[in-house]
Amino acid sequence: MDTRRATLDDVRTLMARTTGDEKHEESTTSTMDALWVLYDRVLRIDPDTPDAEERDRFIVSKGHGPAALYAVLAAKGFFPAEWLDRFLEHDGHLGSHPDRTQVPGIEASTGSLGHGLPMAVGVALALRAKGAHDPRTTVLCGDAELNEGSNWEAILLAPQLALGGLTLLVIDNHSSSLTMQPWAERIGSFGWDVHVVNGHDHDALERALRVRHADVPTAIVADVPEGEW
Amino acid sequence: MVMRDMRQAFGATVSDLVHVDERVAVVLADISTSYFERAIGANPDRVINVGIMEQTMVGVAAGFAMEGFHPIAHSLSPFMAERPYEQLKVDFGYQGLGGTFVGFGGSYDYASSGGTHHAPADVGVMLGIPGMEVFIPGHGDEMDAVLRSTYANGRPTYIRGSLTTNTDAHDVQPGRIQVVRRGTGATVLVFGPMLDRTVAATEGLDVIVAYAASLRPFDEVGLAAIVGDAPVLVVVEPFYEGTSAAVLTDALANRPVRYTSIGMPRAFIHSYGEPGDVDADLGLDTAGIARRLRAILMR
Repeated sequence: MDTRRATLDDVRTLMARTTGDEKHEESTTSTMDALWVLYDRVLRIDPDTPDAEERDRFIVSKGHGPAALYAVLAAKGFFPAEWLDRFLEHDGHLGSHPDRTQVPGIEASTGSLGHGLPMAVGVALALRAKGAHDPRTTVLCGDAELNEGSNWEAILLAPQLALGGLTLLVIDNHSSSLTMQPWAERIGSFGWDVHVVNGHDHDALERALRVRHADVPTAIVADVPEGEW
Repeated sequence: MVMRDMRQAFGATVSDLVHVDERVAVVLADISTSYFERAIGANPDRVINVGIMEQTMVGVAAGFAMEGFHPIAHSLSPFMAERPYEQLKVDFGYQGLGGTFVGFGGSYDYASSGGTHHAPADVGVMLGIPGMEVFIPGHGDEMDAVLRSTYANGRPTYIRGSLTTNTDAHDVQPGRIQVVRRGTGATVLVFGPMLDRTVAATEGLDVIVAYAASLRPFDEVGLAAIVGDAPVLVVVEPFYEGTSAAVLTDALANRPVRYTSIGMPRAFIHSYGEPGDVDADLGLDTAGIARRLRAILMR
């Protein structure tokens, strides 16, 4: 497969090579379109130099259900597709939560919920302190993950630090036991610019993911039907 | 000479590190901000007060570390070591990132504040994170030396600050033990701010008094050499009794040594007053340590 010309169909084929992640099947598929739009259209990350200083930063905070993430990374050439055949296996590199010390292109080791957004705030601050105003910092969370209070600490903090380069992408597959609606009013009241989009609409996702203000962070809620892919 | 207390030393040294090393980032959670007003004014992008949110303080520090900075985070010990423990474990430990975490107040510096503000478990729980280095300075100048020698070590490092200090500073190279008093009998190993009172308590006893300001790294060879063939080792530690046991039993593996710890009993404190009042209650003042030592050595 030519990783420069990979398609979403290639991602689906690659994802089929991962097995044994039945528990989180739902969340795996709910993220695929957003991940594809990010890596195919938005993020500037060269798989040959995934640590390049000028890259965009992307933290997948919702570490569970990583099959779509691994498939997209393999499709884009971050690591050999053969790695997918050993998903969850003892001698493989791909666990059910991504490990930055094992997988090229993984910015943060996650799995315990509520860690990624505070770290992303730190990354965005560090980029500003370095004078690196071009790279953007994007973090993907799940709707139920936002039950965790640490996220709301960071949601309170980021607008007050005027982190315009920060994007929070919430994949809302309606898995939260608690009501999270209305997203725009709730997150917006903390000072974020909130966009609710169809989580399968590639153009709408791209438009929202490209929004960047000088000093206001952006939150995108990618809505996917409950229990659906 | 006016002695700086350890918290003043912390503020001054960290402010200086911000000034001299542009890779230093300080993340605070509303505690000790008065020490950093000038540093915040001079480097507002690298000295951040996140407000009262300790989980996010540690997460933000990890973000700085991911970008190549040397982050320094700080709060009172319960809110530095215990409340954001999982962030220290995952964001720093598991991810293999370096950072400095300075807690103040363990074990009961803020005696009158009650148990919510006591942290006698801080060093124990920090030792539970693989790779976390743990320092216990006993003087403001030792705080300064420990900070300067560790802030850029690339490893997660917990520094247990205390308002209780010894009169004199010692040379605290990471993982070095020094003999403070020579003798021929038992070895009394003292950590951090317990030194002065322990030296006073050993008056008239033929014992070796040794001093350590770190538990990881630990001077295993040094301790083995000091203990020699003597069969009795007494540890005086400012945190929960036995906190140092795992480290010391490693250091003295395969030796027939009788190990006793004099430290804080594993019980919550529901009285107030000054730290000295609690010391006396718990037998951790000079008189109490002298009593315990004599009882141990008589056995």
